Amino acid sequence: MIEPSPPLLEGRGLTVWRGENLLLDGLDLSVRAGEVLQLAGPNGSGKSTLLRALVGLAELDEGEVYWQGRATRRVRESFHGELLYLGHKPGISGGLDPRENLRALLGPEADDTVRMTAALKELGLGTRLDVPCRSLSAGQQRRVALTRLRLQPRRLWLLDEPLTALDAAGLDWVRTRIVERAQAGGAVVYTTHQSFALDGVTARVLTLGDPAGVVT
Amino acid sequence: MSAPPLIGTVRRACLRDLRLRVRALGQWLNPLVFFVIVVTLFPLGIGPGPNTLALIAPGVLWISALLAVLLSFDALFAADHRDGTLEQLVLGTAPLSLVVLGKVLAHWLLSGLPLILLSPLLAVLMQLPLEALPTLAGSLALGTLALALIGAIGAALTVGVNHGGVLLSLLVLPLTVPVLIFGASATAAAADGYASGGQMSLLAAILAAALALAPLTAAAALRVTAAADG
Repeated sequence: MIEPSPPLLEGRGLTVWRGENLLLDGLDLSVRAGEVLQLAGPNGSGKSTLLRALVGLAELDEGEVYWQGRATRRVRESFHGELLYLGHKPGISGGLDPRENLRALLGPEADDTVRMTAALKELGLGTRLDVPCRSLSAGQQRRVALTRLRLQPRRLWLLDEPLTALDAAGLDWVRTRIVERAQAGGAVVYTTHQSFALDGVTARVLTLGDPAGVVT
Repeated sequence: MSAPPLIGTVRRACLRDLRLRVRALGQWLNPLVFFVIVVTLFPLGIGPGPNTLALIAPGVLWISALLAVLLSFDALFAADHRDGTLEQLVLGTAPLSLVVLGKVLAHWLLSGLPLILLSPLLAVLMQLPLEALPTLAGSLALGTLALALIGAIGAALTVGVNHGGVLLSLLVLPLTVPVLIFGASATAAAADGYASGGQMSLLAAILAAALALAPLTAAAALRVTAAADG
């Protein structure tokens, strides 16, 4: 029997009140290296809030998030250095073209223009390299943000609705990236309403909105 | 951490914002047009008597500059908040306070600096004695940069607040009063032929304090306001 590796990301007793509403009630979750966790649940069940709480963007009323066994509040910098969070808002400025956006988002990581251009071409944005992002469609803007999955070698991905506005080819691309990430020893947590088969990795579903928040 | 990456962070944030703002022409011309309109209305409203105008010129120029700068604070983080860039900055590995400093510099280069370049023209219109022009420009240079830094704190605190403009002005206004007092009195002293070194040193001191403290404070505020919505 192999000794189990410590969870990359762990949440214990996560509780979030939204006004009078108890959105998350003492939720526990853990994601190990090589695992993929899908957050499911109806609209308003707290999927996005849970993701935001995990990265530290939303305040937790109770509970604590741990990165490799250490509280993320205490190791914020090293945690953020291994984290790729893609929020509901993609972080793409309408006034900048795709490459300017990526350079602003990734900092020195995006200095390799050749690699960045190749990644954008791979996502079908080869003819849109010099167009301000506000002239791109919602799906194309989403694709610009998703290019980060190629360019940022982070261990933990937290993706909020990464498939929104994507076509079948885009969906396939994201699925391949997620499987690759998990197989390379990373971990992925994402939310989606689409059914989404992942082959070759341990994929679990956590359904929110259940009183107990049972992991199945 | 060595120095170059830190400077690189500031430069990167500054260039990105400059690029964005230069493309949105109307946005950064707004405070300038406001400044010009307010100052030019004074001779029309009060009458072109040189003595009256010269007497109130330092105050009018400085108050108009302050209001013009105040007007533009709103835009500092609003667009970044709308499109989610702010979240990414908060989660980024680059030190947030340096990113804020870069953004404030970009903001100042397109709002404060043109205002300084325009000020001699408007000063002549207001019958300000010519020997006071260097002091006016100098005090505006120190003052508007300090104001931009102070405004960043207010802008960071009110990010995500609906119609936060009024709240922002209320928050920031008390902090801007010392800048206004020393700036206007430096210009007035120079216009009357007195030395203005004392007031200028105090302005420089305010700027130095703002430069050291405002980016840190604004960054801390952004971490809280980014957590507040979702």
